[in-house]
Order: sequence, then C-alpha cells, then structure tokens
Amino acid sequence: MNTLDTLHSALGSLRANKLRSALTALGIIIGVAAVITMLAVGEGARERVSEQLKSLGSNLMLVLPGTITSSGVRLGSGSRNTLTQNDAAAIQEEVAGVLAAAPALRGSGQLVAGNLNWASQIYGITPEYMIARDWRILRGRGLDENDLRTAAKVALVGQTVADMLYGGSDPTGQTLRVKHVPFTIVGLLASKGQSFGGQDLDDVVLIPISTARGRILGQAQGRLQTVGQISVKMRDGADMQQAEEQVSALLRQRHRIQPGQDSDFFIRNLSEVVEAEQAASRTLSGLLAAVASVSLLVGGIGIMNIMLVSVTERTREIGIRLAVGARQRDILIQFLAEAVILSLFGALAGIALGVGGAHLLGHLADWNIIVQPLSIGLSVFFAAGIGIFFGWYPARKAARMSPMDALRYE
Amino acid sequence: MASPLIRVEDLGRDYRLGDVNVTALTGVSLEIQAGDFVSVMGPSGSGKSTFMNLIGCLDRATTGRYWLNGEDVTRLSPDQLAGLRNRHLGFVFQNFNLLPRATALENVELPMLYAGVPPAERHRRAREQLERVGLGERMAHYPRQLSGGQQQRVAVARALVNRPPMILADEPTGALDTRTSQELMALFQALNDSGITLVLVTHEHDIARYGKRILTFRDGRRVADQPVADRILAGTEPAAAP
Ligand SMILES: Nc1ncnc2c1ncn2[C@@H]1O[C@H](COP(=O)(O)OP(=O)(O)OP(=O)(O)O)[C@@H](O)[C@H]1O
Ligand SMILES: [Mg+2]
Repeated sequence: MNTLDTLHSALGSLRANKLRSALTALGIIIGVAAVITMLAVGEGARERVSEQLKSLGSNLMLVLPGTITSSGVRLGSGSRNTLTQNDAAAIQEEVAGVLAAAPALRGSGQLVAGNLNWASQIYGITPEYMIARDWRILRGRGLDENDLRTAAKVALVGQTVADMLYGGSDPTGQTLRVKHVPFTIVGLLASKGQSFGGQDLDDVVLIPISTARGRILGQAQGRLQTVGQISVKMRDGADMQQAEEQVSALLRQRHRIQPGQDSDFFIRNLSEVVEAEQAASRTLSGLLAAVASVSLLVGGIGIMNIMLVSVTERTREIGIRLAVGARQRDILIQFLAEAVILSLFGALAGIALGVGGAHLLGHLADWNIIVQPLSIGLSVFFAAGIGIFFGWYPARKAARMSPMDALRYE
Repeated sequence: MASPLIRVEDLGRDYRLGDVNVTALTGVSLEIQAGDFVSVMGPSGSGKSTFMNLIGCLDRATTGRYWLNGEDVTRLSPDQLAGLRNRHLGFVFQNFNLLPRATALENVELPMLYAGVPPAERHRRAREQLERVGLGERMAHYPRQLSGGQQQRVAVARALVNRPPMILADEPTGALDTRTSQELMALFQALNDSGITLVLVTHEHDIARYGKRILTFRDGRRVADQPVADRILAGTEPAAAP
C-alpha cells in the first residue's frame, strides 16, 4: 500500500468520527500550545535579559553610599554621602582588573530649550563613566579632562531628551538650560533603549561632575568631594565575586570601619538583578513545561485509548483487509498513520493556539515573546513521536490478528 | 498430469476451549484439480467453514499438511499467507464482508491496493470487474445503498480482481432469495467455464448441483465425495415453484 493510499484511508476513518478525533487530539493540542508558549516566553525573556545585560554593561558593579547605623537606627542607602571621588580613584588604582571606576552625582531636574521643557535624569560624571556604562557618542564629542577642570557648562544628551526638546534635529551646539543654568550641548548619546523596569535609559543629561557640584545637583562643595555612586567596570573575564570582595575590603579600610561593624556603603552587582529576572522567567517556563509534559502524556494515552477502541470496533474491517491480502505491516502502518495524523493535527492546532496564546500573554503581561521556528518544528516532531509511541501498541494489536478470528468477530 | 491445485493430507483443526478440546475437522485428505467446481455440504457444525478457512489460508491447521498449487503452505509466515490470499485466492462470504465506508469501486480496488497496482490501473481493472458482474452503473454506491444480491456481486468482483485461479465461497447464497441465488450461481458457472476453480459451501442441494462435484462433511470428517450426476446448468432451471 503506498503512502498516498495510506493517508487517504487514515484520513477517511478519522473523518468518519470527527468529534471523537477532535476530542482525542485535545490533549496534544493543549500540550503543544503549552510547549510553544513556554518556549516563546523563555526565549523572549532570555533575549531581553541578554539585551539588558548589554545595556547595563556587563561586568559592572555599583557602589552606593550605604546604610550607616546612627544610634542603632539603620538609615537607608544614600542617607549619608560616604563615598568620595578619591574612593573611586583608589578603586581604579588598587583593585586588579578594573577597567574604569567612575564616580557620579545623580539627580533630576527641569530642562528647558527654547519654549520647550522636560524633566530628566541629570548625571555629573567623569570621562570614565562613558566606559563604565558603555555610553557611546552618536554625534559631537564626549566630555574630557579639560571640561572637568574648568567645570565647563557643556552637556551630553540622550536620545529621548533630544527628541523631546529638539524634535529629533541635531541638538549639538544648541543651548540647553539645566535648572536655569545655560549649557552647550556638545554630544548626542547613542540610544540604549529601556531598562528592566521599563525605565527609559535615554532620558538622561550628562554633565561634568565638577560642574554638577553646587548649584546643579545641590551638593556641598565639600573638601571630600562626595559622590552619589561609583560605577566599577571590570575587564572581560574578571571574577566579579572576587572583585566585589576587593572593593569592599579597600573601602572598609579607607573608611576605617572596624571588623564586625557594618559597612557604610554597599555594592550592587547588576548582573544579580538580571539573574533574579531570569530566575522568574525560568520558574514560569518550568511551570509551563510541567503542564506541557503532563498534557502531552495524557494526550498520548488518550490517543492510545481511542486507537484501542477503534481497533476493536474495526476488527471486521481488519479481517476483510487481511483476507484480501493485507500484510501485517500494511495494517500496522494504517493504524499508526491514523495515530500520527491525529497527533499532528493536534500539533498544528496546538501551534496556532500556542502562538496566539503567547502573543496574548506577551500583550497582557507586557512580556517579550519570541516564537522560534525551531520550537514549531520541535512540536511537530514531538507530536509525531507521541503518535508513533502511543499508536504502536494498538496498531500492533491490529496487525497481529488472525484473519479468521477477525472475520468472525461480531 | 499437472499437480492438483489443492492437496490436503490428514488435515485437522482442533479448538481448545479451556479444558475442552473441540475437534472441528479431522483426517481430511483430498485433492482439487484446477478447473473443478466443488460444492461442500453437510449439517451445521460439521466443519465446512473450518475446511474453507484452512484451504483459504485464513486459518492454520493443527494437524496434517496442505499444498496449494504444489507449495506447502503449512509453514508459511502470516505475511507469506497474505501474499497467497492476495494473488491466488478470492473470497465470497455469506455476509458479503464489504467495507461499509468504501464505495463499490473502492471495495473492488482493495486487493489491488495490497498488490501494489498503480492507481490508474486499479480504477480500470475494478471498473472492468464491476461491469463483468453487471454493476457498471453502481460503482460509486456504498454497500448500504445496494441490495444483497448487488453487494454479493461487488464481493465477487473483488474476489476476481487480482485474477486468482480459485474462488472460495462460504454460503454465498445464504442471505439471498432464490432468484438472486440462481443469478449468482449462473455467474459462478460462467467464471468456472472461463477456467476459475470454485469451492462453494452450501446447505441447499439445489445450489450444490450447480457444481461438478459434491464433498459431504459430518462431525468434522469428509464422509462422501461424489461427482454431480444431475448438474443444473444456468438458464435451464425449472421456474420457481408457485
Ligand atoms: N473459533 C472457534 N472456537 C471454538 N470452536 C469453534 C470455532 N470455530 C468453529 N468451532 C467449532 O468447530 C465446529 C465446526 O464449525 P464450522 O464453523 O466449521 O461448521 P460449519 O459446518 O461451517 O457450520 P455451519 O453450516 O453452521 O456454518 C463446530 O462444532 C464449531 O462449534
Ligand atoms: Mg459455516
């Protein structure tokens, strides 16, 4: 019996029991839909995470002025400015493998250009910041030592600021009022997109840290030159754990903190944030994988069950086929084909449902969803495997019938 | 002389039902030559169907040997037996045994499906056989849309389509009225005249007399084997009694 005849006959008998066939395929439909959704969510999260890692800058840790204990009351981060520009210089000098240790002041404020205004994040930085945070210049120039020394009123703006205040036209050379102080824009930053929390990373203005002190970000012109944060970028392949310990040890020593006492700063490894996010999407994927495998198993058993019923119901048909010369293989293939077509049909419906479901989920939960062609191929392959695996026993039972017994069956 | 088409020696078939051994057939030895038309008679339960199933390679003997066309089939595998049934045997059953979801044409094509005949030739040959049995107008009909006599003709066309040398019919007229039975027997005689060997089980002497030879079974044994003295030839039947 050739392939076409086999297909024709298998489709014929499935069509004779449409509702039963559809219900039988339901398990597979749900299973495949869950697999597709799972992979789409997983892949979407994975890609988002790796993009995020890129935008955050990998090998990056953030040193923040930290909890200090004052009369037994622990105050939050930034409650006292304990970090200084000299701390940053010391990290750069003394910790091995540091690519850039960039101090920064951070605040927000109103920007005005012409008759437009916009509230944005304002960072007082040194040139190292560009390296530490992977900022690239799209137009114009970056900040240099000269700007720093002279506390020049020059600024770099992010894409969002440029769009909001200059309508997308080239902002370099334009005047920007930052908290009423006029600055000249010398450079436009290349876009970074969004952060995890959906925060717009391009909504920034970068100015020299020396300029930022005093009026702009309201820092006291202290002798210690306190800073709001230090971004520490390590060289590729550096051991972040070890680097974190070294930075911590150095700062504790510099701040004269006794062993056993809490640090007056803390260090956040940004990849930890990413890992937490990754773990969440892994949990969801795991859940879906469990649903998928249970559903596929149940679907497979359903197919086996219905095929067994079908073999019994069609005993006489099997007898007739055997009588006119069907070999065992012909009968086996006929019933296997039905099981496989059933599960492939389930797979196709499941793919449609899964792709639709994944997009809906992505839309509702605002997740990144990526349906890979591979996952579709995989589902089809898997479903065919289930059809063969669970169809085998009923098909073999049919094929091994004695022609006479089958013909006499009532 | 050429070897007989069928030769059985001491053929027997036992069924085990729990502890009881039922002997359905025992010690049957006989030969059937190509071109013969054999009627098998005997009371119910005498082993006629058992005998037919054995020579039709649908069942295996528990004792004895069987040569089909000179070949010892006793030890052939299920698939080899399937091949024999496909090429050398045609079956006609009392209850027609057509596939209910297939048209007359598709039913007749079925044996060719397993013989690997390409589709175009399959159609042509199935059509040819249906025309031969007088059903040229009914090819697209499903079995339930056909009368008993027509269904049995479809079964005959199916039995003929792979051009087997022999046709086995187990009570083919059992579900048909007298007229339809006579028509079917006329068809069988015509087939026999064209060289096809026929073995036919029947309860009715008037049907058995269409054949050339009558085998009689009783209690699983063949008790008589006689030529038909007063053979009925198709078209010469006495009109049905009022
Ligand atoms: N599958 C079976 N299992 C057990 N016993 C069987 C089986 N098939 C047939 N027999 C027994 O074998 C004997 C012969 O049966 P068989 O069907 O050959 O009779 P038959 O001559 O064809 O009868 P009928 O004219 O009623 O069709 C009977 O006693 C029957 O009960
Ligand atoms: Mg019988």
